[in-house]
Amino acid sequence: MKREIPLLITFLTGLIMIVQFFVPHRPIGGIGTGVLSWYTIIAGFTLLLGIDSLIGLHLKKLQRRQSGWSYSITLILGVLLALGLGIWSEVKYGSALAFGSPFMYLYTYLVVPLQATMFSLLAFFIASAAYRAFRARTLEASLLLVAAMIVMLGRVPLGAAIWGKLPLLAEWIMNTPNAAATRGILIGVSLGALAMSLRILLGIERTYLS
Amino acid sequence: MSWLAKLEKIDRRWIFLGVALVVSAPLLLGLHSKVDITPPVKNTYEAIDRLPPGSVIMVSIDYDASTMPENQPMLLAVLRHAFQKNLKIILMGHWPLGLPVGTLGLDQVAREMHKTYGTDYVNLGFRPGTAAVMVNLGTEIRNVFPSDYRRVLLDSIPMMRGVHNYNDIRLLVGIEAGDTYEFWIIYVQARFGLKMAMGTTAVMAPTAYKYLQSGQLVGLIGGLKGAAEYESLIAHPGIGLAGMPAQSAGHLLIILFIILGNIGYFLSRRKKA
Amino acid sequence: MTLLGTWIAAFLTLAIFSFLYKDNPVYKFAEHLYVGVSAGYMVIYVWATDVRPLLLDPFVQTHLQTRSWAISFSQHASLFIPATLGVVMLLRTFPKISWVSRWPISFLVGIGAGLAITADVQGYLFPQVQATLVPLWVGGSVLTTFNNILLFVGVVGTLAYFYFSREHKGFLGGLSRIGVLFIMVAFGASFGYTVMARISLLIGRIHFLFADWLHVVH
Repeated sequence: MKREIPLLITFLTGLIMIVQFFVPHRPIGGIGTGVLSWYTIIAGFTLLLGIDSLIGLHLKKLQRRQSGWSYSITLILGVLLALGLGIWSEVKYGSALAFGSPFMYLYTYLVVPLQATMFSLLAFFIASAAYRAFRARTLEASLLLVAAMIVMLGRVPLGAAIWGKLPLLAEWIMNTPNAAATRGILIGVSLGALAMSLRILLGIERTYLS
Repeated sequence: MSWLAKLEKIDRRWIFLGVALVVSAPLLLGLHSKVDITPPVKNTYEAIDRLPPGSVIMVSIDYDASTMPENQPMLLAVLRHAFQKNLKIILMGHWPLGLPVGTLGLDQVAREMHKTYGTDYVNLGFRPGTAAVMVNLGTEIRNVFPSDYRRVLLDSIPMMRGVHNYNDIRLLVGIEAGDTYEFWIIYVQARFGLKMAMGTTAVMAPTAYKYLQSGQLVGLIGGLKGAAEYESLIAHPGIGLAGMPAQSAGHLLIILFIILGNIGYFLSRRKKA
Repeated sequence: MTLLGTWIAAFLTLAIFSFLYKDNPVYKFAEHLYVGVSAGYMVIYVWATDVRPLLLDPFVQTHLQTRSWAISFSQHASLFIPATLGVVMLLRTFPKISWVSRWPISFLVGIGAGLAITADVQGYLFPQVQATLVPLWVGGSVLTTFNNILLFVGVVGTLAYFYFSREHKGFLGGLSRIGVLFIMVAFGASFGYTVMARISLLIGRIHFLFADWLHVVH
């Protein structure tokens, strides 16, 4: 029963979604709407998955004084800081998301710069990778390289300054060969996704139960 | 060590320094450049421009601080244009770490253009569930958002009276960093026929062109260049346009690195042969 | 407070950038702070955007209108089901009873699969295949004819490349080779745009440092 009931739930909920696509009227439509509303509520809890194991991992590191345990203190303090400011903002401002609340201050001056800067590091790594690894070893690699350079130049004002038609060439590459190849890939992927969804619904694919 | 060997084994921190200097210099020097307007951005502009005053549009914040430099300028430009046309804006989103960034942008532009919350714009906030949220909004917005992000009931918000689902919304503009824009296309555009235009990061833009070509999207703003084009169209320069000289310099440097790297590779191959 | 916040943001920005020189304690501190604060942020966000507005507010609002908890509970009793399933999902942490978490997961997976089946066909397959069936001869426009042929050949060639049920030789091999060329052009375009994206992100942070922190750029 530990596997059969979940498989039945999967089948029934999937079937409701397919039927309500074709029959959006009551009562099927109403059931579908209700089920989707429940989905929204339950999906919120999935955002919390992993946080407990993250905190557990770092608490264990702290307990056992493993290498890097001092950084685990920073992590846990960060969690407590966010929780503390969030709860205080809820109580004092009525909502943690209220403009000007301590929680939003934390978000604006801590989360935003940290997240933005983490990702901006990629500019440096892509430059390094372009220098060290991007080699025109074969015809295919050369084609990739040439297309990349046309698009890189055509997509900035410098390209138009070098040759007036370069932006048009870049736009043509995006609209025709690029669109053709990405469409071919998408058709293949969507056929695969369709097959996978059917397998899940029919209980053939059960990896999500482990 | 020969110069060729030195070139091949150069410490990558010199490359990092080069990138930092080349990108910083144009910003410090305050250089300007014009941008050519591409059809996908022009189409997005016209899709908003053609809407009669009072039309309701939905703006979806599907990005977060990690791609803020690309997405925020396009959000601000689209909001300014929409407010210029006296359109009503419903803001919502699917990225929990992104809604506050979108909210900051909306509040900033609304203040600039003296727009009133509840009459000219409303912020619904975030709900988990992406696809389920998108499909459920097609039946009734209040199924997902009984209240706005400040917990005010939608029925008591003036501009939301008479707005119940996608039939009451003329256009969706998604500001996108991941593949959430594809969810909008397959779950909403295909099913409910809602017209949509997307502002995507440059990483996602190449994959969005096939939807432009198939007519599933009416317009596309791709990356910081797209944002710069839109700022140019609404004649309100911002970070998009300001960043273009630095963008040009950065691209030129990368191309130089690729050429240098290949010269070194071919020369060393010849030497070995 | 804004000035203090800007200095904190600038310090954290430079702390992350310090990784470019080499891995160091300042970077590690900033990295762990980011992970910790993001985790705490998510907990508060789930409360503010899910639990409170969708689970608690309906009861409170009905009670405010009717002055009766009994009516409120009877009207919204069904909400106990998703609430219970949501909490049960979190029992994954405990190995002995983690099997219970399969129920809400099956619920989510079933809905996702059911929605995806119709959406895949209606949103991906039909429109994209339809957009590929373009006229291969457009009288009066050589460019449009050329583009249409290229589009059609490109899509078919790419699909041929990813068809692995038969060996790529003969006609299929030739078509697959054409597909590879189109894929390489697409990957090149993608690389070009990726470079654009990464440089843009760096421009954003440098602009913050120069404009908002040091005020040397306006």
